[in-house]
Amino acid sequence: MPEPEPGTLAAAELALADDALVLSQRLGQWAGHAPVLEEEVALANIALDLLGQARTLYSGLGDEDALAFLREERAFRNCQLVEQPNGDFAATIVRQLFFSTYQELLYGQLTTHPLATKAVREVAYHRDHAEHWTLRLGDGTTESHDRTQRAVDGLWRHTGELFQPLPELDVDWSALRADWDTRVADVLTRATLRVPEGAQGHGWKAGGGRQGLHTESFGRLLAEMQHLHRSHPGATW
Amino acid sequence: MNGTDSTGGEGGATRTGGWPLWEVFVRSRRGLSHTHAGSLHAPDAEMALRNARDLYTRRSEGVSLWVVPSAAITASSPDEKDPFFEPAADKPYRHPTFYEVPEGVRNL
Repeated sequence: MPEPEPGTLAAAELALADDALVLSQRLGQWAGHAPVLEEEVALANIALDLLGQARTLYSGLGDEDALAFLREERAFRNCQLVEQPNGDFAATIVRQLFFSTYQELLYGQLTTHPLATKAVREVAYHRDHAEHWTLRLGDGTTESHDRTQRAVDGLWRHTGELFQPLPELDVDWSALRADWDTRVADVLTRATLRVPEGAQGHGWKAGGGRQGLHTESFGRLLAEMQHLHRSHPGATW
Repeated sequence: MNGTDSTGGEGGATRTGGWPLWEVFVRSRRGLSHTHAGSLHAPDAEMALRNARDLYTRRSEGVSLWVVPSAAITASSPDEKDPFFEPAADKPYRHPTFYEVPEGVRNL
């Protein structure tokens, strides 16, 4: 599988596709485990939307199955935020809030990209879902408030990476970051949550996903996802 | 995936006790009226609407949704069936059968 040349549009699209695929995989792990049946459906719905986005992007780049199942961890370009373990429900929701707000703003700017016009409506729905849950949990009980604050604090370091420019995408990255800061801070404040230090500067950050450097649990995610394809290479299914 | 990674939410014990039942009415894109589609559990009306959207409309555009707390619905009692519903068969003037429907009229 030849890797797209760094700095090309194909490399940027691969990164966006990897984001969607990996988060879809994480959300799929909730199947059968969500707090209520209705939420189960919502999470599966979001996972399916994301998988659809990943497939659209992959098929524009090559063989979608080969891209998903035959690349090593170091070849994946997803941001580290989407590969973070589900944790408790609050952590899943906060991860979704951070990422869906990013996706909505990003796709909102990519007006000429064929995927973006379809996907922007999906991700607006994902953001709305995450936003409402953030408000409920943050402004719910002491327990739900504390768990949500813990999730916000824990995932915050992975948000700076979202704004590393992906070359060849027609995006104003500093505006994207400013809009993201404003929107996320607004939701967190309304949810009675504290915006972590460094809201403007993103001073304390982790990163490297876009360069193929991932956090520890990502290898296990891939091992599970790719197992069958690697055991029976070339099979049709 | 091993147990430490694929969490199902440590606090995720199912507890729908505090989640009341809602009835969902859907009007499809070309439909004229809202039809009862089913019910669901939700903590409040907003969440009920969102859940209904996922469960009963598959998010197709242009539909209208109503959600009503089941407790707000008063149903007729099966015991009163006869006096309540028995049609007045001896009063044919009550039935709108003496009119000819003009051609081309739909949705009458």
